[in-house]
Amino acid sequence: MKRALYFLPLAAFFALAGYFGWGLTRDPSKIPSALIDRPIPEFALPELAGAGRPALSTAAIKGEVALVNVFASWCLPCKVEHPIFMRLARERVVPIHGISYKDKAEDSRRWLADLGNPYTAIGWDFDGRVAIDWGVYGVPETFVVDRTGTIRFKHVGPITPEILDRQILPLVERLRRAS
Amino acid sequence: MIAELGHYALVLALCVALAQSIVPLAGAQKGDPALMATAKPAAYAQFLLVALAFGCLIHAFVVSDFTVENVVRNSHSQKPMLYKVSGAWGNHEGSMVLWSLILALFGASVAAFGRNLPPGLKARTLSIQAMIGVAFLAFIVFTSNPFERVLPPPPDGQDLNPLLQDPGLAFHPPLLYVGYVGFSIVFAFAMAALIEGRVDAAWARWVRPWTLAAWASLTAGIALGSWWAYYELGWGGWWFWDPVENASFMPWLVGAALLHSAIVAEKRDALKTWTILLAILAFALSLIGTFLVRSGILTSVHAFAVDPQRGVFILAIIVVAIGGSLALYAWRAPMLKGGGLFQPISREGALVLNNLLLATATATVFIGTLYPLFLEALGGAKVSVGPPFFNATFVPLMVPLLLAVSFGPLLGWKRADLAGALQRLRAALVLSVAAIVVTLWMDHGRNLIAAAAIGLAAWLFFGAWVEWAERVKLFRAPWATVWERAVNLPRAAWGMTIAHAGVGLMVLGITGSTAWQSESIKMMRPGERFDLAGYTFVFKGTERREGPNFFATRGVFEVYKGERLYATMTPEKRLFPVAGTTTTEASIRTNILADLYLTIGDPEGGGQPGSPGAPAFIVMAGSDTPWTVRAYHNPLVPWIWLGSLVMVLGAGVSLTDRRHRVGAPRRMAAPGAMPAAAE
Repeated sequence: MKRALYFLPLAAFFALAGYFGWGLTRDPSKIPSALIDRPIPEFALPELAGAGRPALSTAAIKGEVALVNVFASWCLPCKVEHPIFMRLARERVVPIHGISYKDKAEDSRRWLADLGNPYTAIGWDFDGRVAIDWGVYGVPETFVVDRTGTIRFKHVGPITPEILDRQILPLVERLRRAS
Repeated sequence: MIAELGHYALVLALCVALAQSIVPLAGAQKGDPALMATAKPAAYAQFLLVALAFGCLIHAFVVSDFTVENVVRNSHSQKPMLYKVSGAWGNHEGSMVLWSLILALFGASVAAFGRNLPPGLKARTLSIQAMIGVAFLAFIVFTSNPFERVLPPPPDGQDLNPLLQDPGLAFHPPLLYVGYVGFSIVFAFAMAALIEGRVDAAWARWVRPWTLAAWASLTAGIALGSWWAYYELGWGGWWFWDPVENASFMPWLVGAALLHSAIVAEKRDALKTWTILLAILAFALSLIGTFLVRSGILTSVHAFAVDPQRGVFILAIIVVAIGGSLALYAWRAPMLKGGGLFQPISREGALVLNNLLLATATATVFIGTLYPLFLEALGGAKVSVGPPFFNATFVPLMVPLLLAVSFGPLLGWKRADLAGALQRLRAALVLSVAAIVVTLWMDHGRNLIAAAAIGLAAWLFFGAWVEWAERVKLFRAPWATVWERAVNLPRAAWGMTIAHAGVGLMVLGITGSTAWQSESIKMMRPGERFDLAGYTFVFKGTERREGPNFFATRGVFEVYKGERLYATMTPEKRLFPVAGTTTTEASIRTNILADLYLTIGDPEGGGQPGSPGAPAFIVMAGSDTPWTVRAYHNPLVPWIWLGSLVMVLGAGVSLTDRRHRVGAPRRMAAPGAMPAAAE
């Protein structure tokens, strides 16, 4: 009995090690959004002056499966994912709505002029208030919203071709077929 | 070329460590002195090779060799020299080289200073140490080569995370690592003792200085980190129960327990298996700390190498090292013979209480740190455990511990008289009650708990000196005698008194800053003023300033105490264009009793982090724009770090005790001046 006591630290350690091993398979950047399967927040953002796109509001998003992308000109990863959105826009795969986050209008405008503008509508969220309602954690963030205006998917960080092909595009297809 | 030399040195060091981990151990098992003797030159060679590699890495950073990928990612040609050098360990690969360097340094030190060690114990200890070296060198060579080249080389580097470009943080990792890695040598001693099946007073005496050195460095490292968080993060706080802070705090707590239990093992030949277990746990928690930071299993601001591949490797190291050592423990520890018996009320009893409370506190921190992950494992939500949990669990455990600290040194070995000890502590008791009364009076009786905590701090501080005063016969003998006795008092006794007094000072600082911090957050236009804690802050305006690798907006404030100008404070907000981030530089004005702490945030409506390359946000604010200003008055806060410093000093004084230098006789002859209370 007394001997068994000396095995206790070992047993406790193995339980812990097993748990660490499991923990390693988790991706720390995956933050489950409380907004998944919830309707998009009620909001109405002004247009991004001079970008030549309509303003963005709750009503503008509803009615069609769409992506909502939060971006800023000061955000380097946004630049990384931008060509993917350009391709999606060129091939007319799915409408992409943009939210310009905490960015001066002329900076956002210049950025879009330089890199191309893939967005169907753009809301200018200068103080970041609306982004809070969207649960934005860092830029860039991308949401997939279905026809009824329900958030179905959220990704924090730049979209990679892999995430696009494996997760976003299949989901968009599925949402389109459903009803 | 130099980078390749460094890489080559690392590979050679790995080979040497491999040999060192096998040959001396085999020699010790067979009783072959020639094989055992190889440990010493091997330990030297391993140290020199890792030092060479580390030198090469520093060189690459100093000359900004942008063909080395690590330099590109963590340095910049315009960076001040100090941060070029500290950039070498401000990243994952470099910090692992530093880790191995310190590991090899400890091995070489045991080889050099361990002349009095029995050859078998020395050979086994160095072999175990080399096994840890093998694990970490292999980790570097196979997954984290710091000398990876990039071709063609980019024109300039990407700069070190600006938060890390700070003198405090340049030295924080090395100190922390000396602490973490220092426990490796204690661990190696414990393993060697288990293999030999013998733990005696000499063993405990051998382990103690290494534990002291490791623990003192860890104390300094944690204190420096906390100080950095205080002045750099700009939140006015100094401890956030952040997972990574906890990761360094847990080995510290266990190390503190080990320091005390090793005394019992040395003086009374008791608590031996427990001491061995603590030695294993102290190093295990150091490794787990590394794992938590490096693997990204817990994300926090500190986790700068989120990489599952490396996480798997470190997990493998942990499983082999800790799983193996605990298995050895389960097998061999029951064979160790227990030593002297003792009553619950005795010096041993007090040290057991200390150990139980410290171990429980460690478990509490451990659970608080890992609970969010456990919950997630069970399919629950992602949660975070914050300060309320730790305040509700950790603090109540510390109170009885701290109350008991003053009793411990006054209790005799084997059996003691608690009432007698209290009688001897009456001076400390009177002073503590006086401290409580004075605090209540100054605070107008508003905060009873804080007053009690101040009393506790006084109890710790004065209680620490009671035993010292008795031993030097303060006020009871002529001054010349007192002086002579003080000089002849063993350094270990001095060390204990100083360290315990340091704990008291730290409690004072923690209490003051927690109970009486006042804070004010305002939007201010130039020319406006506000009052805080009896001071008037006048915002004169902002100015622009250009640093070597940053642009800064500096707020200028005049602080008045009554009509008199007390200080001019200039908090800054810095933009590092290359890294594309901003940092807050708090302006702190201290008078030792309290800090005035001021930070400046963003101008109204200008909350964006500023576009890289163009310091646009700095120019943006007009002269009449309001700025976010945070001001704090933090009473007694400097004493948190001064107290830590005093604890480190105590450990340092204890390290110079002559019994650590004089060999390890079975029973040391007590120097004449040592009064009976010590034994």
